[in-house]
Amino acid sequence: MIKTALKMVAAVIGIALLFTAPSGHAAEVTAISGAGATFPYPVYSKWAAAYNRETGVRVNYQSIGSGGGIKQIKAKTVDFGASDAPLKPADLDKSGLLQFPMIMGGVVPVVNLAGVAPGAIRMNNRLLADIYLGKVRTWNDARVKAENPGLALPAKRITVVHRSDGSGTTWIFTNYLSKVSAEWKRKIGNNKAVAWPVGIGGKGNEGVASYVKRIKGSIGYVEYAYALQNHLTHVKLRNRDGGYVEPAAATFQAAAANADWAHAKGFYRVLTDQPGKNSWPITGASFILMYRRQMKPDTGRGVLKFFDWAYQNGAKMAEELDYVPMPAKVVRLVEATWHKVIRDPQGRPIWK
Amino acid sequence: MEEALTSLMKTRMRRGVIIDGLFYHGTRIFAWAVLTVMVAILVSLFMGAAPAIGKFGFGFLVSPAWNPVTKDFGAFVSIYGTLVTSVIAMVIGVPVSFGIALFITELSPRWLKRPIGIAIELLAAIPSIIYGMWGLFVFAPFFGDHMEPWISGFLGPVPLVGVLFSGPPLGIGLLTAGIVLAIMVIPFMSSVMRDMFEAVPPLLKESAYGMGATTWEVVRHAVLPYTRTGVVGSIMLGLGRALGETMAVTFVIGNANRVHASLFMPGNTISSSLANQFTEAVGEMYTSSLIALGLILFLITFVVLAVAKLMLRRLSDTRGSRS
Repeated sequence: MIKTALKMVAAVIGIALLFTAPSGHAAEVTAISGAGATFPYPVYSKWAAAYNRETGVRVNYQSIGSGGGIKQIKAKTVDFGASDAPLKPADLDKSGLLQFPMIMGGVVPVVNLAGVAPGAIRMNNRLLADIYLGKVRTWNDARVKAENPGLALPAKRITVVHRSDGSGTTWIFTNYLSKVSAEWKRKIGNNKAVAWPVGIGGKGNEGVASYVKRIKGSIGYVEYAYALQNHLTHVKLRNRDGGYVEPAAATFQAAAANADWAHAKGFYRVLTDQPGKNSWPITGASFILMYRRQMKPDTGRGVLKFFDWAYQNGAKMAEELDYVPMPAKVVRLVEATWHKVIRDPQGRPIWK
Repeated sequence: MEEALTSLMKTRMRRGVIIDGLFYHGTRIFAWAVLTVMVAILVSLFMGAAPAIGKFGFGFLVSPAWNPVTKDFGAFVSIYGTLVTSVIAMVIGVPVSFGIALFITELSPRWLKRPIGIAIELLAAIPSIIYGMWGLFVFAPFFGDHMEPWISGFLGPVPLVGVLFSGPPLGIGLLTAGIVLAIMVIPFMSSVMRDMFEAVPPLLKESAYGMGATTWEVVRHAVLPYTRTGVVGSIMLGLGRALGETMAVTFVIGNANRVHASLFMPGNTISSSLANQFTEAVGEMYTSSLIALGLILFLITFVVLAVAKLMLRRLSDTRGSRS
């Protein structure tokens, strides 16, 4: 009995040893790991699958949330972290991290109003902030009417829907509201979760989307892809330069193109409320975090190779999933920064 | 020949002693492991919650604030939501479970017993996330469109009680969460109660029936006194599950950090706050406050269990003195 058990244990150990890859100084890494933001997870995993088919390198990305991603990269348990909200340059310097934008998307306010077609209802930024502050409470309020002459608005209560979980989407949305409303900035502020003055919370984009679909007279905010897939009624927003814009890949890209990345220290640039008549005002980028000094240069190079491949070949896949790829101008800037900043232990650049 | 036999017996006995010893120590290690894990959880919760406890003190328990921007945290809304939803679940769940168990053991025709029993066990095996999705996509719309307007029309004008059932019928909120919880705990409570009722010796019941007692009198005076401990135990099992249930509640409670008098309004429970916010909580005070919430839930369940044990002891004491 005991002998058989011992034999089995030995066999299991033997098999385990067989599968453990020898940890030598292989020039080519076969697996890299990352963790973080949930928002870009669909596109990262699609890229990872395609990259694996092409090169044989496995990219293991766990979408545990931006906060988790930051914690994991600081604990050095992963090769790269991912966050929807950029880290402040001071924080980056303190932890020795480099961040760069990888992919973009838009956050879209959506409403449930019978008889109102997608894009038919218009709002300016102050109005949206005041609805979320609980100051505009009904759909036939004079200020909603002023923005939408000719639209039949019901005397219905506005039910505000927000995210219940901490989220990069909320970060981008509250960042926008803080920029356009001094009162929002003073009272509520900008974070992944805030003390919402009114409304109910749905878990995840799907939670918000399902509440908005269900509750008549509700307004919520979701990532662009969810608004499309759930056929929700989006709102046309007035941007900084006075243009009323629809959420679409073109308007997200317009916001990104007008953003000044070159002068953004540590790529700390938030794409909300950007100039340009065609810019969608609630656009956001998702960021990758890596150490500036790579103790395992081969792994670091492997990670950079993957992201370079994604920049060059991933645009179409991203667009299929309703994400917006980074403009070529920004990619050149990012890769120049890789060369300049990321070093091996001897201080030599690992990206050429 | 005889010598060989005794030596064989000796080796067998020696082997028996060794194996017995191994078995004894093995089980003892397992038993101690439970205690160690439990203490380790408590210690790590305390350590994790220390910064929040240090900053907010006892005010944490009564403060309704939860503001990640200003880093001002309090547990009151979550505690309130946890207790209110659990109470609703118990108010609905206990009588229903009792009725189910009673029907199966005392009243049901023989051919119906097994199907109902199996159905209850299947319900108990459904993962909570399924209840959550059902609650969000099926129950909440139905409840909001058809039940809540009716309830508020019916009970709304009643003084004192009316305020509990006022407000917009969203279909999402404390009441919905409590009802979904009730549906989730009923299988647990009713299957334990059924097992208890079935364990009552037939002799006891038949004697009571023989004395001319009605079914209800048999249940009240023969079955219940005999199964009291088990019934209280099953209620505590259900309460424990209701207090700690996470996913199903998170789906239907509305996740708003405010206290409303109305049960129709959205709220928050401790476990739903944790499920919602832990992944994205950045900063020491935020994480620590969430862990402090976990510690509070741990203590609440501990108190519930302790009270249950005390109640049981008192029950068995009074029974002992009376007979």
